[in-house]
Amino acid sequence: MSGQTPGREPENPLDQALESVDAAAEPGLAEELEQERAREREAAVEETGVRWADAFRRIVSGGWVVSVGAIVLAVLVGSIMIVFTDERVQETAGYFFARPGDMLAAAADAVGGAYSALFRGSVYNYQADTLTLAIRPLTQTLTNAGPLVAAGLGVALAFRAGLFNIGGQGQILMAAAGAGWVGFGLTGVPFPLHLLLALVAGILAGALWAGIAGILKARTGAHEVIVTIMLNYVAFYLISYLLATPGLLQAPGSANPQTPRTQESAILPRLVGERFPLHWGFVLSLLAVVLVWWLLNRSSIGFSFRAVGENPKAARVAGIDVPRTTVSVMLVAGALVGLAGVQQVLGTITTGFGSDIDAGIGFDAITVALLGRSNPWGVLGAGILFGGFKAGGSAMQAGEGIPIEIVLVVQSLIVLFIAAPPLVRAIFRLPQPVTRQRRGTPPVRSTATTTEGQA
Amino acid sequence: MTATTVDGATAPQAAAPSRAVSTVTPKAAIALGVVLALYALLLLLAPHEGDARFRLSTERDLFVLPTLEVPALATAWVCAAIGLAVVALAVVRNLGGRRVPLWGTVLYAAALLVGFLAWAAAGSPRDLSVVGLLSGAVVLCVPIVYGALGGVIGERAGVVNIAIEGQLLAGAFTAAIVGSLTNSPWAGLLAAMVASVLVALVLGLFAITYKVNQIIVGVVLNVLVIGLTSFLYSQVLVPSAEVLNTTTRFARIPIPFLERIPLLGPVLFNQTIVVYLMFVMVFAVWFALYRTRWGLRVRAVGEHPKAADTVGIDVVRTRYRAVVTAGAVAGIGGAFYTVVSINQFNREMTAGAGFIALAAVIFGKWNPVRAALAGLLFGFATNLQNVLSVVGSPVPSQFMLMLPYVVTLLAVAGLVGRSRPPAADGVPYTKE
Repeated sequence: MSGQTPGREPENPLDQALESVDAAAEPGLAEELEQERAREREAAVEETGVRWADAFRRIVSGGWVVSVGAIVLAVLVGSIMIVFTDERVQETAGYFFARPGDMLAAAADAVGGAYSALFRGSVYNYQADTLTLAIRPLTQTLTNAGPLVAAGLGVALAFRAGLFNIGGQGQILMAAAGAGWVGFGLTGVPFPLHLLLALVAGILAGALWAGIAGILKARTGAHEVIVTIMLNYVAFYLISYLLATPGLLQAPGSANPQTPRTQESAILPRLVGERFPLHWGFVLSLLAVVLVWWLLNRSSIGFSFRAVGENPKAARVAGIDVPRTTVSVMLVAGALVGLAGVQQVLGTITTGFGSDIDAGIGFDAITVALLGRSNPWGVLGAGILFGGFKAGGSAMQAGEGIPIEIVLVVQSLIVLFIAAPPLVRAIFRLPQPVTRQRRGTPPVRSTATTTEGQA
Repeated sequence: MTATTVDGATAPQAAAPSRAVSTVTPKAAIALGVVLALYALLLLLAPHEGDARFRLSTERDLFVLPTLEVPALATAWVCAAIGLAVVALAVVRNLGGRRVPLWGTVLYAAALLVGFLAWAAAGSPRDLSVVGLLSGAVVLCVPIVYGALGGVIGERAGVVNIAIEGQLLAGAFTAAIVGSLTNSPWAGLLAAMVASVLVALVLGLFAITYKVNQIIVGVVLNVLVIGLTSFLYSQVLVPSAEVLNTTTRFARIPIPFLERIPLLGPVLFNQTIVVYLMFVMVFAVWFALYRTRWGLRVRAVGEHPKAADTVGIDVVRTRYRAVVTAGAVAGIGGAFYTVVSINQFNREMTAGAGFIALAAVIFGKWNPVRAALAGLLFGFATNLQNVLSVVGSPVPSQFMLMLPYVVTLLAVAGLVGRSRPPAADGVPYTKE
């Protein structure tokens, strides 16, 4: 409650009124009082000139501090794992009580080495000889972020409509197959047109594959989680079959399950010069972010998506065709995930691909969407962060011999902690959020805060 | 299933949307018809001349059944006719507003299966070993069945468990380490249960105490366990594989006399303790859920936690207990990988079995016996691919591998009818 600064604030009748109102019983009244009190407090703060203190309090109780706290916690756990599995730490731990400094130094060395390698591999390589090499990691991060953001948007959009799209892997595979098939199969089409055709083919393939899940959900009530998981496997084996069969996706004259190279006329051009891996796919993802933001917040179709997500029954009463909305949500989500697959084939891996072209993006996209709180801009930030983890993780594995799976651990811990703000607040002893009650879901919220108080 | 009926207005909104619609839909008939059409198309487009030979016995049996030799195409078409009869029955039943009877679906599946096997094995120089097909299926279904049983217990209490995959993997990993260090598969089994319970406790902490979306927790826990085990595998297990990653496996325990019954003996009575335990466990979970006070409470908490709370059942504690029990059961399935199947741990060795178990839970309508049967079906479909590749099947192996997933899709979309989850499944309970 408001107990963290009891003495500093002048006695306020509104505070007393709020105390006497049972938030669970009368959510509306409590909320009004709360807002009134906030307004009064703002005015009081202006007068007394402690605006900074108030701003600080708002910041540390806000959502993104929890995100930062979650990242810090996850990185800490990652450090512990690095320390415990480091050989030199284990050796020096043998004589810890004789010379504790040795072990501590080894531990610091291991952690420092790991995270500096992560930084060098993802942001700026300060050990590089030329500026080109030094900033190359950053472009690698953004290259990785492109598909992650696109696929994350697909998952986030479905989330907002109350659908859980675990089918990223399958949708990426189908999109890659579609874009690849046009990208290397179609000949004699000039550059921008060929690229455009390949893009459209891939995005369509992803949309249709997700659309199957949408139709099954809408028509038969089959749970989309199960359907999308199953479609992942079906897509994987289908692509494996296409890749292993001459005349379909397999490169002619090759026995490997791999496609031919993407033709030059269908490749996404590099964005900042040939020496950097960054291609136009990232720009496409940025456009997708804006598009999804507009779709969700400014368009009527996006409104119906969100309405169905918030409460399908109310949406139906309000005249929204819920089954149709379900199908269109999955189509749009699949198209966005498809954009990720397209970027992989037409931008990142243009020398022919196998059935591992999805590179785990489909599942990473879920964590990206969760970390971004299903908000397009949040997804952008989360995608760039995870893209950096991916780039830095490879560098860490190559340079320090630390398996890249540690990145998985850190990523999943971040999401886990972010999903439970009360836990992070309890660990860091952060104050409770300023506005505790969100409009629309008062009973759940108000009782949730009581458990927060206990934690 | 349960006698509890929940009024749509009071049921939590996250449950299946339109539960009140008429229960009989033509979905099942359509699904059966579509599959039959595909099957007939297969026979027409790729006719396979020759005889199919089914070997029914092994040398150790009390008496030897003859190897069954049938003309492939004729058998396949006879089976298609049986299938058509069931489809016709389904349509007639549907017009009368009634469901397709279970025996109809079973007959249909059996007919199409025999027909398909005859078609696939036609003209092969090798016999198709029915014993191998069935006993392999029983072995392969073990982790799926244990995982599904765990899933059923958890979801019956209202906690969706997407993290079955993580529980299996954590169990397999821990069983490998402890089993190797102690040289005892029993210790490995126990350790797997403990590890899986730990995963379940994390799930409980976030899903029950912190009321985080359970699907999110589950997905993230899977990633976490995959990351942890893969990291520790390459950092710890690989460098000292002989000490930490070489387990002693459970030996097969043939049950005297029974194991020599033709066909059934090798399939059911010459297995490891974990398989026997599985049969017991399916019954035990069923009994516990439907015939004990604990089970009644678990189901009450999953259907209508508020009502359960009103009559004095501690919802949070009941859910925690159910989730922990479910974790222990799933852990046995995890141990299967490293102390029964092979003797070492590999990166991501569960390969999605947990997700299949989840599908089995839904396929089995949240009933332990049905879920176990669904798990058996998945094991069978997986083993079918292995057996057919030995016989030299004309179907590309990728399509055979795809089969269990397609079957699940068809099942959740139509065959099983409307599968209704426990009403409060996935809904955190907040006491008011």
